[in-house]
Amino acid sequence: MSSAPLTAELLPAGLDAYLVRFALTPDPTAMGAARRFAAALEQTPPEGVEEIAAALVSVLVRLDPAAEREVIRAHLEDLAQAVVKGPLDLPPPTRRWTIPITFGGEAGPQLAQVSAALNLTEDAAVDQVCAADLRVLTIGFAPGQPYIGLMPEAWNLPRMSELNPSVPAGALVVAVRQFVLFGAESATGWQQIGQAAFRSFVPSRTPPMPLRGGDAIRFARASADDIARLTTDNDPMGGARLETL
Amino acid sequence: MTTLSIRRADGIMTVQDMGRPGHLAQGLSRGGAMDRRALLEAAALLGADTPLAALEMAGAGGEFTFDTATRIALTGAPMSATLDGTPLRWNAAHLVLPDQVLRLGGVRSGVYGYLTPAGGIATDPWLDSRATHLTIGIGEALERGCTVPLGDDPDPERPAMGLPAPNRFEGGTFRVVDGAHTALFSDAVIEAFYATTFVRAPRGNRQGIQLGSDARFATDAAQGIASDLIGPGDVQMTGDGVPYILMAECQTVGGYPRIGTVLPEDLPLIAQAAPGVALRPCHVSLDTALASARSEAAELRDLAKQCTPLIRDVATIRDLLSYQLISGVTCGDDLD
Repeated sequence: MSSAPLTAELLPAGLDAYLVRFALTPDPTAMGAARRFAAALEQTPPEGVEEIAAALVSVLVRLDPAAEREVIRAHLEDLAQAVVKGPLDLPPPTRRWTIPITFGGEAGPQLAQVSAALNLTEDAAVDQVCAADLRVLTIGFAPGQPYIGLMPEAWNLPRMSELNPSVPAGALVVAVRQFVLFGAESATGWQQIGQAAFRSFVPSRTPPMPLRGGDAIRFARASADDIARLTTDNDPMGGARLETL
Repeated sequence: MTTLSIRRADGIMTVQDMGRPGHLAQGLSRGGAMDRRALLEAAALLGADTPLAALEMAGAGGEFTFDTATRIALTGAPMSATLDGTPLRWNAAHLVLPDQVLRLGGVRSGVYGYLTPAGGIATDPWLDSRATHLTIGIGEALERGCTVPLGDDPDPERPAMGLPAPNRFEGGTFRVVDGAHTALFSDAVIEAFYATTFVRAPRGNRQGIQLGSDARFATDAAQGIASDLIGPGDVQMTGDGVPYILMAECQTVGGYPRIGTVLPEDLPLIAQAAPGVALRPCHVSLDTALASARSEAAELRDLAKQCTPLIRDVATIRDLLSYQLISGVTCGDDLD
Protein backbone atom coordinates (compact mmCIF):
# COMPACT_ATOMS: atom_id res chain seq x y z
CA MET A 1 0.00 0.00 0.00
CA SER A 2 1.31 3.42 -0.84
CA SER A 3 1.36 5.92 2.00
CA ALA A 4 0.93 9.10 -0.07
CA PRO A 5 -2.69 10.17 -0.57
CA LEU A 6 -4.07 9.15 -3.91
CA THR A 7 -4.76 11.81 -6.53
CA ALA A 8 -6.73 11.67 -9.76
CA GLU A 9 -5.73 13.41 -12.97
CA LEU A 10 -8.12 14.10 -15.81
CA LEU A 11 -6.14 14.11 -19.03
CA PRO A 12 -7.10 14.43 -22.69
CA ALA A 13 -6.80 11.30 -24.84
CA GLY A 14 -7.20 12.32 -28.45
CA LEU A 15 -10.18 14.48 -29.40
CA ASP A 16 -12.92 12.19 -28.16
CA ALA A 17 -11.76 10.81 -24.83
CA TYR A 18 -10.50 11.55 -21.34
CA LEU A 19 -8.08 9.42 -19.43
CA VAL A 20 -8.72 9.45 -15.68
CA ARG A 21 -5.45 8.37 -14.08
CA PHE A 22 -4.97 7.48 -10.43
CA ALA A 23 -1.22 6.80 -10.59
CA LEU A 24 1.53 6.57 -13.15
CA THR A 25 2.89 3.29 -11.79
CA PRO A 26 1.01 0.03 -11.07
CA ASP A 27 0.24 0.97 -7.47
CA PRO A 28 -2.30 -1.42 -5.84
CA THR A 29 -4.33 1.38 -4.22
CA ALA A 30 -4.66 3.10 -7.59
CA MET A 31 -5.83 -0.22 -9.09
CA GLY A 32 -8.69 -0.28 -6.61
CA ALA A 33 -9.52 3.33 -7.40
CA ALA A 34 -9.52 2.74 -11.17
CA ARG A 35 -11.80 -0.27 -10.82
CA ARG A 36 -14.13 1.58 -8.42
CA PHE A 37 -14.25 4.60 -10.74
CA ALA A 38 -15.06 2.41 -13.76
CA ALA A 39 -17.74 0.48 -11.85
CA ALA A 40 -19.42 3.68 -10.63
CA LEU A 41 -19.35 5.18 -14.10
CA GLU A 42 -20.72 2.01 -15.70
CA GLN A 43 -23.58 1.96 -13.23
CA THR A 44 -24.84 5.42 -14.20
CA PRO A 45 -23.01 6.58 -17.30
CA PRO A 46 -23.63 10.27 -18.01
CA GLU A 47 -25.26 11.08 -21.32
CA GLY A 48 -22.70 11.37 -24.11
CA VAL A 49 -20.32 8.69 -22.73
CA GLU A 50 -19.82 6.10 -25.46
CA GLU A 51 -17.30 3.78 -23.92
CA ILE A 52 -15.62 3.08 -20.58
CA ALA A 53 -12.46 0.98 -20.51
CA ALA A 54 -10.38 0.44 -17.38
CA ALA A 55 -6.66 -0.31 -17.52
CA LEU A 56 -4.66 -1.10 -14.36
CA VAL A 57 -4.57 2.37 -12.78
CA SER A 58 -6.48 4.50 -15.28
CA VAL A 59 -9.84 4.57 -17.02
CA LEU A 60 -10.45 5.73 -20.58
CA VAL A 61 -13.79 7.45 -21.10
CA ARG A 62 -14.72 7.91 -24.76
CA LEU A 63 -17.33 10.52 -25.62
CA ASP A 64 -19.79 10.98 -28.39
CA PRO A 65 -18.20 13.81 -30.43
CA ALA A 66 -21.45 15.76 -30.07
CA ALA A 67 -21.43 15.41 -26.27
CA GLU A 68 -21.23 18.35 -23.86
CA ARG A 69 -17.54 17.95 -23.05
CA GLU A 70 -17.47 20.39 -20.15
CA VAL A 71 -20.49 18.83 -18.47
CA ILE A 72 -18.98 15.37 -18.71
CA ARG A 73 -15.60 16.66 -17.65
CA ALA A 74 -17.09 18.15 -14.48
CA HIS A 75 -18.93 14.90 -13.76
CA LEU A 76 -15.75 12.81 -14.18
CA GLU A 77 -13.79 15.24 -12.02
CA ASP A 78 -16.37 15.02 -9.20
CA LEU A 79 -16.56 11.24 -9.41
CA ALA A 80 -12.76 10.89 -9.41
CA GLN A 81 -12.44 13.17 -6.37
CA ALA A 82 -15.08 11.10 -4.55
CA VAL A 83 -13.32 7.83 -5.43
CA VAL A 84 -9.88 8.89 -4.16
CA LYS A 85 -11.38 9.63 -0.72
CA GLY A 86 -11.87 5.86 -0.40
CA PRO A 87 -12.55 3.10 0.26
CA LEU A 88 -9.84 1.99 -2.14
CA ASP A 89 -10.02 -1.78 -2.00
CA LEU A 90 -11.50 -3.42 -5.08
CA PRO A 91 -15.29 -3.12 -5.24
CA PRO A 92 -17.23 -6.33 -4.57
CA PRO A 93 -17.40 -8.54 -7.67
CA THR A 94 -20.69 -9.30 -9.38
CA ARG A 95 -19.49 -12.50 -11.08
CA ARG A 96 -17.03 -15.26 -10.25
CA TRP A 97 -15.25 -17.64 -12.60
CA THR A 98 -13.71 -20.90 -11.50
CA ILE A 99 -11.10 -21.92 -14.05
CA PRO A 100 -9.43 -25.37 -13.99
CA ILE A 101 -5.64 -25.26 -14.30
CA THR A 102 -3.02 -27.96 -14.40
CA PHE A 103 0.07 -26.76 -12.56
CA GLY A 104 3.73 -27.69 -12.99
CA GLY A 105 5.28 -30.33 -15.20
CA GLU A 106 5.21 -29.59 -18.91
CA ALA A 107 2.25 -27.29 -18.36
CA GLY A 108 4.17 -25.19 -15.86
CA PRO A 109 7.87 -25.36 -16.67
CA GLN A 110 8.78 -22.48 -14.35
CA LEU A 111 6.70 -23.55 -11.32
CA ALA A 112 9.80 -24.94 -9.60
CA GLN A 113 11.67 -21.68 -10.12
CA VAL A 114 8.75 -19.61 -8.86
CA SER A 115 8.27 -21.82 -5.78
CA ALA A 116 11.97 -21.64 -4.98
CA ALA A 117 11.90 -17.84 -5.20
CA LEU A 118 9.00 -17.90 -2.70
CA ASN A 119 10.71 -20.41 -0.39
CA LEU A 120 7.73 -22.74 -0.80
CA THR A 121 7.24 -26.25 -2.06
CA GLU A 122 5.54 -26.45 -5.45
CA ASP A 123 2.48 -27.81 -3.72
CA ALA A 124 2.33 -24.96 -1.22
CA ALA A 125 2.79 -22.37 -3.99
CA VAL A 126 -0.11 -23.89 -5.96
CA ASP A 127 -2.20 -23.93 -2.76
CA GLN A 128 -1.63 -20.18 -2.43
CA VAL A 129 -2.63 -19.59 -6.05
CA CYS A 130 -5.83 -21.62 -5.68
CA ALA A 131 -6.73 -20.01 -2.36
CA ALA A 132 -6.21 -16.46 -3.60
CA ASP A 133 -9.16 -14.15 -4.04
CA LEU A 134 -8.32 -12.85 -7.49
CA ARG A 135 -9.84 -10.38 -9.92
CA VAL A 136 -9.59 -9.52 -13.58
CA LEU A 137 -7.61 -6.29 -13.15
CA THR A 138 -7.78 -5.38 -16.82
CA ILE A 139 -8.14 -6.98 -20.23
CA GLY A 140 -5.86 -6.12 -23.04
CA PHE A 141 -2.84 -6.55 -25.27
CA ALA A 142 -4.92 -9.15 -27.12
CA PRO A 143 -8.71 -9.55 -27.29
CA GLY A 144 -10.15 -11.03 -24.11
CA GLN A 145 -6.77 -11.56 -22.49
CA PRO A 146 -6.96 -10.96 -18.73
CA TYR A 147 -4.46 -9.56 -16.27
CA ILE A 148 -5.40 -11.20 -12.98
CA GLY A 149 -4.31 -10.24 -9.47
CA LEU A 150 -3.17 -9.44 -6.99
CA MET A 151 -1.17 -12.13 -5.22
CA PRO A 152 0.44 -11.28 -1.83
CA GLU A 153 3.52 -9.03 -1.82
CA ALA A 154 5.89 -12.06 -1.72
CA TRP A 155 4.78 -12.78 -5.29
CA ASN A 156 6.25 -9.52 -6.56
CA LEU A 157 8.48 -11.59 -8.85
CA PRO A 158 10.45 -9.81 -11.53
CA ARG A 159 9.97 -10.57 -15.20
CA MET A 160 12.57 -13.02 -16.51
CA SER A 161 15.67 -11.53 -18.12
CA GLU A 162 15.39 -14.07 -20.92
CA LEU A 163 12.22 -13.99 -22.96
CA ASN A 164 10.29 -17.26 -23.06
CA PRO A 165 10.11 -17.52 -26.85
CA SER A 166 6.72 -19.18 -26.91
CA VAL A 167 4.00 -20.21 -24.49
CA PRO A 168 0.79 -21.80 -25.78
CA ALA A 169 -2.73 -20.39 -25.70
CA GLY A 170 -4.13 -20.97 -22.23
CA ALA A 171 -0.73 -20.63 -20.53
CA LEU A 172 -0.95 -19.24 -16.98
CA VAL A 173 2.06 -17.02 -16.40
CA VAL A 174 3.06 -14.99 -13.36
CA ALA A 175 5.11 -11.86 -12.52
CA VAL A 176 4.74 -8.68 -10.44
CA ARG A 177 1.92 -10.18 -8.28
CA GLN A 178 -0.20 -10.77 -11.38
CA PHE A 179 -1.17 -13.57 -13.72
CA VAL A 180 -1.82 -13.43 -17.43
CA LEU A 181 -3.87 -16.19 -19.01
CA PHE A 182 -2.67 -16.07 -22.59
CA GLY A 183 -5.34 -15.88 -25.27
CA ALA A 184 -3.04 -17.06 -28.04
CA GLU A 185 0.47 -18.47 -28.39
CA SER A 186 2.85 -15.72 -27.37
CA ALA A 187 6.37 -14.80 -26.38
CA THR A 188 6.62 -13.57 -22.79
CA GLY A 189 9.00 -12.51 -20.06
CA TRP A 190 6.64 -13.91 -17.42
CA GLN A 191 7.03 -17.41 -15.92
CA GLN A 192 4.65 -20.18 -16.91
CA ILE A 193 3.35 -22.15 -13.95
CA GLY A 194 0.24 -23.75 -15.41
CA GLN A 195 -2.10 -24.33 -18.30
CA ALA A 196 -5.86 -23.88 -18.76
CA ALA A 197 -8.19 -25.33 -21.37
CA PHE A 198 -10.23 -22.12 -21.06
CA ARG A 199 -9.82 -19.75 -24.03
CA SER A 200 -10.29 -16.03 -23.34
CA PHE A 201 -10.94 -15.26 -27.02
CA VAL A 202 -12.82 -17.47 -29.47
CA PRO A 203 -14.31 -15.45 -32.34
CA SER A 204 -17.04 -18.02 -33.09
CA ARG A 205 -18.25 -18.27 -29.49
CA THR A 206 -20.93 -16.05 -27.98
CA PRO A 207 -19.57 -14.03 -26.33
CA PRO A 208 -16.16 -14.17 -28.02
CA MET A 209 -14.49 -12.45 -25.04
CA PRO A 210 -16.38 -13.71 -21.96
CA LEU A 211 -14.28 -12.15 -19.17
CA ARG A 212 -15.01 -8.67 -17.87
CA GLY A 213 -12.82 -6.34 -15.87
CA GLY A 214 -13.63 -6.75 -12.18
CA ASP A 215 -14.74 -10.40 -12.46
CA ALA A 216 -13.63 -12.57 -9.54
CA ILE A 217 -11.36 -15.47 -10.49
CA ARG A 218 -10.64 -18.73 -8.68
CA PHE A 219 -8.12 -21.16 -10.09
CA ALA A 220 -8.95 -24.83 -9.43
CA ARG A 221 -6.35 -27.60 -9.55
CA ALA A 222 -6.86 -30.05 -12.38
CA SER A 223 -4.74 -32.92 -13.64
CA ALA A 224 -2.86 -32.71 -16.93
CA ASP A 225 -5.27 -35.37 -18.21
CA ASP A 226 -8.29 -33.25 -17.22
CA ILE A 227 -6.94 -30.25 -19.10
CA ALA A 228 -6.05 -32.41 -22.12
CA ARG A 229 -9.58 -33.84 -22.13
CA LEU A 230 -11.21 -30.41 -21.69
CA THR A 231 -9.05 -29.09 -24.53
CA THR A 232 -10.04 -31.85 -26.93
CA ASP A 233 -13.70 -31.65 -25.87
CA ASN A 234 -13.93 -28.64 -28.17
CA ASP A 235 -15.48 -26.71 -25.33
CA PRO A 236 -13.70 -23.36 -25.54
CA MET A 237 -14.87 -22.63 -21.98
CA GLY A 238 -12.44 -25.36 -20.94
CA GLY A 239 -14.53 -26.37 -17.96
CA ALA A 240 -14.67 -22.84 -16.57
CA ARG A 241 -17.71 -22.16 -14.39
CA LEU A 242 -19.41 -18.78 -14.06
CA GLU A 243 -21.48 -17.78 -11.03
CA THR A 244 -23.42 -14.55 -10.72
CA LEU A 245 -22.90 -13.21 -7.21
CA MET B 1 -26.98 -11.33 -54.61
CA THR B 2 -24.15 -9.90 -56.68
CA THR B 3 -20.77 -11.60 -56.70
CA LEU B 4 -17.32 -10.15 -57.17
CA SER B 5 -14.71 -12.57 -58.56
CA ILE B 6 -11.07 -11.92 -57.88
CA ARG B 7 -9.17 -13.10 -60.95
CA ARG B 8 -5.87 -11.75 -59.69
CA ALA B 9 -4.74 -10.17 -56.41
CA ASP B 10 -1.44 -8.29 -56.62
CA GLY B 11 -1.22 -6.76 -53.14
CA ILE B 12 -2.62 -7.63 -49.71
CA MET B 13 -6.36 -7.41 -50.22
CA THR B 14 -8.84 -7.44 -47.32
CA VAL B 15 -12.42 -6.45 -46.64
CA GLN B 16 -12.56 -3.31 -44.47
CA ASP B 17 -15.26 -1.03 -43.18
CA MET B 18 -15.34 1.55 -40.39
CA GLY B 19 -14.41 -1.15 -37.87
CA ARG B 20 -15.99 -2.29 -34.61
CA PRO B 21 -15.82 0.40 -31.92
CA GLY B 22 -16.92 -0.20 -28.35
CA HIS B 23 -14.82 -3.21 -27.29
CA LEU B 24 -11.74 -1.57 -25.77
CA ALA B 25 -12.61 -2.87 -22.31
CA GLN B 26 -12.31 -6.40 -23.70
CA GLY B 27 -9.03 -5.82 -25.47
CA LEU B 28 -10.38 -5.47 -28.99
CA SER B 29 -9.33 -2.45 -31.01
CA ARG B 30 -11.68 -0.81 -33.50
CA GLY B 31 -9.74 -1.87 -36.60
CA GLY B 32 -11.28 -1.07 -39.97
CA ALA B 33 -9.99 0.84 -42.97
CA MET B 34 -6.55 2.44 -42.75
CA ASP B 35 -7.78 5.43 -44.79
CA ARG B 36 -11.26 6.09 -43.42
CA ARG B 37 -11.69 9.14 -45.63
CA ALA B 38 -11.45 6.89 -48.72
CA LEU B 39 -14.55 5.03 -47.49
CA LEU B 40 -16.36 8.32 -46.91
CA GLU B 41 -15.41 9.42 -50.44
CA ALA B 42 -16.71 6.13 -51.84
CA ALA B 43 -20.01 6.53 -49.98
CA ALA B 44 -20.38 10.08 -51.32
CA LEU B 45 -19.65 8.97 -54.88
CA LEU B 46 -22.15 6.10 -54.65
CA GLY B 47 -24.85 8.19 -52.97
CA ALA B 48 -24.79 6.04 -49.81
CA ASP B 49 -25.83 7.45 -46.41
CA THR B 50 -23.13 5.62 -44.49
CA PRO B 51 -19.76 4.10 -45.43
CA LEU B 52 -19.89 0.65 -47.05
CA ALA B 53 -17.63 -2.35 -46.65
CA ALA B 54 -14.93 -2.16 -49.32
CA LEU B 55 -11.88 -4.00 -50.64
CA GLU B 56 -8.73 -2.45 -49.20
CA MET B 57 -5.79 -3.03 -51.52
CA ALA B 58 -2.28 -2.42 -50.16
CA GLY B 59 0.19 -1.29 -52.81
CA ALA B 60 -1.40 -2.94 -55.83
CA GLY B 61 -4.77 -3.96 -57.20
CA GLY B 62 -5.68 -6.93 -59.32
CA GLU B 63 -8.25 -8.13 -61.79
CA PHE B 64 -11.97 -8.33 -61.03
CA THR B 65 -15.29 -9.28 -62.62
CA PHE B 66 -18.86 -8.89 -61.40
CA ASP B 67 -21.81 -11.14 -62.25
CA THR B 68 -24.43 -8.37 -62.09
CA ALA B 69 -24.33 -4.77 -63.26
CA THR B 70 -23.14 -2.66 -60.33
CA ARG B 71 -21.59 0.70 -59.74
CA ILE B 72 -18.23 0.77 -58.03
CA ALA B 73 -16.24 3.58 -56.47
CA LEU B 74 -12.45 3.77 -56.77
CA THR B 75 -10.91 5.85 -53.98
CA GLY B 76 -7.79 6.13 -51.82
CA ALA B 77 -4.31 5.74 -53.29
CA PRO B 78 -4.65 6.29 -57.06
CA MET B 79 -4.01 3.21 -59.21
CA SER B 80 -4.18 2.84 -62.95
CA ALA B 81 -7.66 1.50 -63.69
CA THR B 82 -9.19 0.07 -66.86
CA LEU B 83 -12.52 -1.54 -67.67
CA ASP B 84 -12.22 -3.88 -70.65
CA GLY B 85 -9.13 -1.89 -71.55
CA THR B 86 -10.75 1.54 -71.36
CA PRO B 87 -9.13 3.85 -68.78
CA LEU B 88 -11.27 4.78 -65.79
CA ARG B 89 -10.92 7.92 -63.77
CA TRP B 90 -9.77 7.43 -60.14
CA ASN B 91 -11.74 9.00 -57.29
CA ALA B 92 -14.89 8.35 -59.22
CA ALA B 93 -17.78 5.91 -59.46
CA HIS B 94 -18.40 3.82 -62.57
CA LEU B 95 -20.92 1.30 -63.79
CA VAL B 96 -19.50 -2.18 -64.39
CA LEU B 97 -21.48 -4.65 -66.49
CA PRO B 98 -21.45 -8.43 -65.98
CA ASP B 99 -18.21 -10.02 -67.17
CA GLN B 100 -16.48 -6.76 -67.96
CA VAL B 101 -12.91 -7.01 -66.67
CA LEU B 102 -11.79 -4.39 -64.19
CA ARG B 103 -8.00 -4.11 -63.94
CA LEU B 104 -6.35 -2.10 -61.19
CA GLY B 105 -2.58 -1.62 -61.37
CA GLY B 106 0.03 -0.61 -58.77
CA VAL B 107 -0.41 2.57 -56.75
CA ARG B 108 0.86 5.70 -58.47
CA SER B 109 1.27 7.34 -55.06
CA GLY B 110 0.01 6.51 -51.58
CA VAL B 111 -0.40 3.01 -50.17
CA TYR B 112 -4.04 1.89 -49.81
CA GLY B 113 -6.51 1.87 -52.72
CA TYR B 114 -10.19 1.03 -52.18
CA LEU B 115 -12.73 -0.66 -54.43
CA THR B 116 -16.23 -0.13 -53.06
CA PRO B 117 -19.26 -1.77 -54.69
CA ALA B 118 -22.47 0.26 -54.50
CA GLY B 119 -24.25 -2.44 -52.47
CA GLY B 120 -21.28 -2.90 -50.15
CA ILE B 121 -19.43 -6.14 -49.53
CA ALA B 122 -21.82 -8.57 -47.87
CA THR B 123 -19.56 -11.03 -46.07
CA ASP B 124 -20.82 -12.24 -42.68
CA PRO B 125 -20.34 -9.55 -40.05
CA TRP B 126 -18.62 -10.30 -36.74
CA LEU B 127 -19.50 -7.97 -33.84
CA ASP B 128 -21.38 -5.76 -36.30
CA SER B 129 -18.45 -5.22 -38.65
CA ARG B 130 -17.01 -6.94 -41.72
CA ALA B 131 -13.54 -5.55 -41.10
CA THR B 132 -10.79 -8.12 -41.54
CA HIS B 133 -8.37 -8.20 -38.60
CA LEU B 134 -5.63 -10.58 -39.67
CA THR B 135 -3.54 -10.50 -36.48
CA ILE B 136 -6.42 -11.86 -34.37
CA GLY B 137 -7.75 -14.25 -37.00
CA ILE B 138 -10.85 -12.36 -38.14
CA GLY B 139 -11.37 -12.69 -41.89
CA GLU B 140 -8.61 -13.52 -44.33
CA ALA B 141 -6.49 -11.98 -47.05
CA LEU B 142 -8.31 -12.42 -50.38
CA GLU B 143 -6.51 -14.20 -53.16
CA ARG B 144 -6.89 -15.14 -56.80
CA GLY B 145 -9.97 -17.31 -57.21
CA CYS B 146 -11.88 -15.86 -54.25
CA THR B 147 -15.46 -14.80 -54.80
CA VAL B 148 -16.94 -12.16 -52.55
CA PRO B 149 -20.68 -11.64 -51.94
CA LEU B 150 -21.95 -8.11 -52.55
CA GLY B 151 -25.18 -6.35 -51.80
CA ASP B 152 -27.15 -5.42 -54.92
CA ASP B 153 -26.63 -1.92 -56.25
CA PRO B 154 -29.66 0.03 -54.94
CA ASP B 155 -29.52 2.50 -57.85
CA PRO B 156 -27.54 1.28 -60.88
CA GLU B 157 -29.01 4.04 -63.05
CA ARG B 158 -27.44 6.78 -60.92
CA PRO B 159 -25.04 8.72 -63.15
CA ALA B 160 -21.31 8.17 -62.75
CA MET B 161 -19.82 10.67 -60.32
CA GLY B 162 -16.39 12.10 -59.65
CA LEU B 163 -14.69 13.96 -56.80
CA PRO B 164 -11.74 16.33 -57.08
CA ALA B 165 -8.45 14.46 -56.58
CA PRO B 166 -7.42 14.62 -52.89
CA ASN B 167 -3.84 15.55 -51.97
CA ARG B 168 -3.07 13.20 -49.09
CA PHE B 169 -0.82 10.73 -50.92
CA GLU B 170 2.55 12.51 -50.82
CA GLY B 171 3.04 13.08 -47.09
CA GLY B 172 3.03 16.59 -45.63
CA THR B 173 2.13 18.16 -42.31
CA PHE B 174 0.09 16.35 -39.70
CA ARG B 175 -1.41 17.91 -36.58
CA VAL B 176 -0.76 16.53 -33.08
CA VAL B 177 -2.45 17.35 -29.77
CA ASP B 178 -0.98 16.74 -26.33
CA GLY B 179 -2.07 13.58 -24.55
CA ALA B 180 -1.87 11.86 -21.19
CA HIS B 181 1.91 11.30 -21.42
CA THR B 182 3.10 14.51 -23.05
CA ALA B 183 4.21 15.94 -19.69
CA LEU B 184 6.62 13.00 -19.26
CA PHE B 185 8.79 14.39 -22.06
CA SER B 186 11.24 17.27 -21.50
CA ASP B 187 10.55 20.58 -23.23
CA ALA B 188 13.73 20.10 -25.25
CA VAL B 189 12.57 16.70 -26.57
CA ILE B 190 9.10 18.05 -27.41
CA GLU B 191 10.63 21.02 -29.20
CA ALA B 192 13.01 18.77 -31.13
CA PHE B 193 10.14 16.46 -32.11
CA TYR B 194 8.12 19.29 -33.63
CA ALA B 195 11.20 20.71 -35.37
CA THR B 196 11.92 17.43 -37.15
CA THR B 197 10.95 16.51 -40.66
CA PHE B 198 10.49 12.73 -40.56
CA VAL B 199 10.29 10.25 -43.37
CA ARG B 200 7.81 7.44 -43.35
CA ALA B 201 10.13 4.56 -42.45
CA PRO B 202 9.94 1.15 -44.15
CA ARG B 203 8.60 -0.40 -40.93
CA GLY B 204 4.88 -0.09 -40.80
CA ASN B 205 1.66 -2.03 -41.11
CA ARG B 206 -1.97 -1.84 -40.06
CA GLN B 207 -0.86 -1.71 -36.40
CA GLY B 208 1.56 1.17 -36.59
CA ILE B 209 3.90 3.21 -38.77
CA GLN B 210 7.44 4.16 -37.84
CA LEU B 211 8.59 7.75 -38.30
CA GLY B 212 12.19 7.74 -39.54
CA SER B 213 14.80 10.25 -38.34
CA ASP B 214 18.35 10.18 -36.96
CA ALA B 215 17.14 11.93 -33.82
CA ARG B 216 15.70 10.12 -30.77
CA PHE B 217 12.91 11.36 -28.52
CA ALA B 218 13.21 9.31 -25.34
CA THR B 219 12.12 10.09 -21.80
CA ASP B 220 13.45 8.51 -18.61
CA ALA B 221 10.30 9.63 -16.78
CA ALA B 222 8.44 6.77 -18.46
CA GLN B 223 10.42 4.06 -16.63
CA GLY B 224 8.06 1.68 -14.85
CA ILE B 225 4.81 3.39 -15.87
CA ALA B 226 1.68 1.25 -15.87
CA SER B 227 0.20 0.33 -19.23
CA ASP B 228 -2.92 2.23 -20.16
CA LEU B 229 -5.34 2.49 -23.06
CA ILE B 230 -3.87 3.40 -26.44
CA GLY B 231 -5.52 4.05 -29.76
CA PRO B 232 -5.11 5.03 -33.40
CA GLY B 233 -3.22 8.30 -33.79
CA ASP B 234 -1.17 7.99 -30.59
CA VAL B 235 2.49 8.79 -31.24
CA GLN B 236 4.31 6.24 -29.13
CA MET B 237 8.06 6.25 -28.42
CA THR B 238 9.92 2.99 -28.08
CA GLY B 239 12.33 2.72 -25.14
CA ASP B 240 15.13 4.24 -27.23
CA GLY B 241 12.94 7.10 -28.50
CA VAL B 242 11.85 5.98 -31.97
CA PRO B 243 8.34 7.30 -32.78
CA TYR B 244 5.57 5.08 -34.07
CA ILE B 245 2.11 6.33 -34.98
CA LEU B 246 -0.47 3.78 -33.91
CA MET B 247 -2.93 2.81 -36.63
CA ALA B 248 -6.25 0.97 -37.08
CA GLU B 249 -5.19 -2.41 -35.66
CA CYS B 250 -3.01 -1.26 -32.78
CA GLN B 251 -3.21 -3.10 -29.49
CA THR B 252 -5.59 -1.67 -26.89
CA VAL B 253 -3.12 -1.22 -24.05
CA GLY B 254 0.52 -0.24 -24.07
CA GLY B 255 3.24 0.86 -21.72
CA TYR B 256 5.36 3.04 -24.00
CA PRO B 257 5.13 6.79 -23.48
CA ARG B 258 3.15 8.81 -26.01
CA ILE B 259 4.15 12.34 -26.94
CA GLY B 260 0.71 13.17 -28.34
CA THR B 261 -2.07 12.09 -30.66
CA VAL B 262 -2.49 12.75 -34.39
CA LEU B 263 -5.85 14.32 -35.26
CA PRO B 264 -8.23 11.75 -36.73
CA GLU B 265 -8.64 13.96 -39.81
CA ASP B 266 -4.90 13.71 -40.53
CA LEU B 267 -4.55 9.95 -40.00
CA PRO B 268 -5.42 9.16 -43.65
CA LEU B 269 -2.37 11.21 -44.63
CA ILE B 270 -0.20 9.02 -42.37
CA ALA B 271 -1.81 5.81 -43.66
CA GLN B 272 -1.21 6.87 -47.25
CA ALA B 273 2.42 7.98 -46.77
CA ALA B 274 4.60 5.57 -48.73
CA PRO B 275 8.05 4.75 -47.32
CA GLY B 276 10.42 7.68 -47.87
CA VAL B 277 7.75 10.36 -48.03
CA ALA B 278 8.28 13.40 -45.74
CA LEU B 279 6.01 13.83 -42.71
CA ARG B 280 6.15 16.89 -40.46
CA PRO B 281 4.38 17.06 -37.08
CA CYS B 282 2.70 20.32 -36.17
CA HIS B 283 1.54 20.98 -32.62
CA VAL B 284 -1.99 22.29 -32.13
CA SER B 285 -3.85 22.96 -28.90
CA LEU B 286 -6.77 20.75 -27.99
CA ASP B 287 -9.13 23.75 -28.19
CA THR B 288 -7.96 24.61 -31.70
CA ALA B 289 -8.30 20.99 -32.77
CA LEU B 290 -11.78 20.65 -31.30
CA ALA B 291 -12.89 23.90 -32.92
CA SER B 292 -12.00 22.63 -36.39
CA ALA B 293 -12.95 18.96 -35.88
CA ARG B 294 -15.59 17.57 -38.20
CA SER B 295 -17.52 14.40 -37.48
CA GLU B 296 -17.29 11.70 -40.13
CA ALA B 297 -21.00 12.16 -40.81
CA ALA B 298 -20.39 15.86 -41.54
CA GLU B 299 -17.38 14.97 -43.70
CA LEU B 300 -19.57 12.62 -45.72
CA ARG B 301 -22.20 15.34 -46.24
CA ASP B 302 -19.49 17.76 -47.42
CA LEU B 303 -18.05 15.20 -49.81
CA ALA B 304 -21.48 14.40 -51.22
CA LYS B 305 -21.87 18.09 -52.13
CA GLN B 306 -18.53 18.06 -53.97
CA CYS B 307 -19.49 15.15 -56.25
CA THR B 308 -20.11 16.08 -59.86
CA PRO B 309 -21.36 13.91 -62.73
CA LEU B 310 -18.58 12.48 -64.86
CA ILE B 311 -18.53 13.81 -68.38
CA ARG B 312 -17.42 11.04 -70.69
CA ASP B 313 -14.89 11.76 -73.36
CA VAL B 314 -16.59 10.81 -76.65
CA ALA B 315 -13.30 9.36 -77.85
CA THR B 316 -13.59 6.63 -75.24
CA ILE B 317 -17.17 5.67 -76.09
CA ARG B 318 -16.84 2.55 -78.22
CA ASP B 319 -20.47 2.20 -79.22
CA LEU B 320 -20.84 5.88 -80.05
CA LEU B 321 -22.92 5.22 -83.16
CA SER B 322 -25.61 3.48 -81.16
CA TYR B 323 -26.32 6.66 -79.19
CA GLN B 324 -29.15 9.00 -80.22
CA LEU B 325 -27.02 12.09 -80.81
CA ILE B 326 -28.93 14.23 -83.27
CA SER B 327 -32.66 14.45 -82.99
CA GLY B 328 -32.64 15.22 -79.30
CA VAL B 329 -35.48 12.85 -78.61
CA THR B 330 -34.79 10.49 -75.77
CA CYS B 331 -36.96 8.91 -73.18
CA GLY B 332 -35.69 11.54 -70.77
CA ASP B 333 -34.46 9.45 -67.86
CA ASP B 334 -30.90 9.47 -69.18
CA LEU B 335 -30.74 13.18 -68.40
CA ASP B 336 -31.16 12.72 -64.65
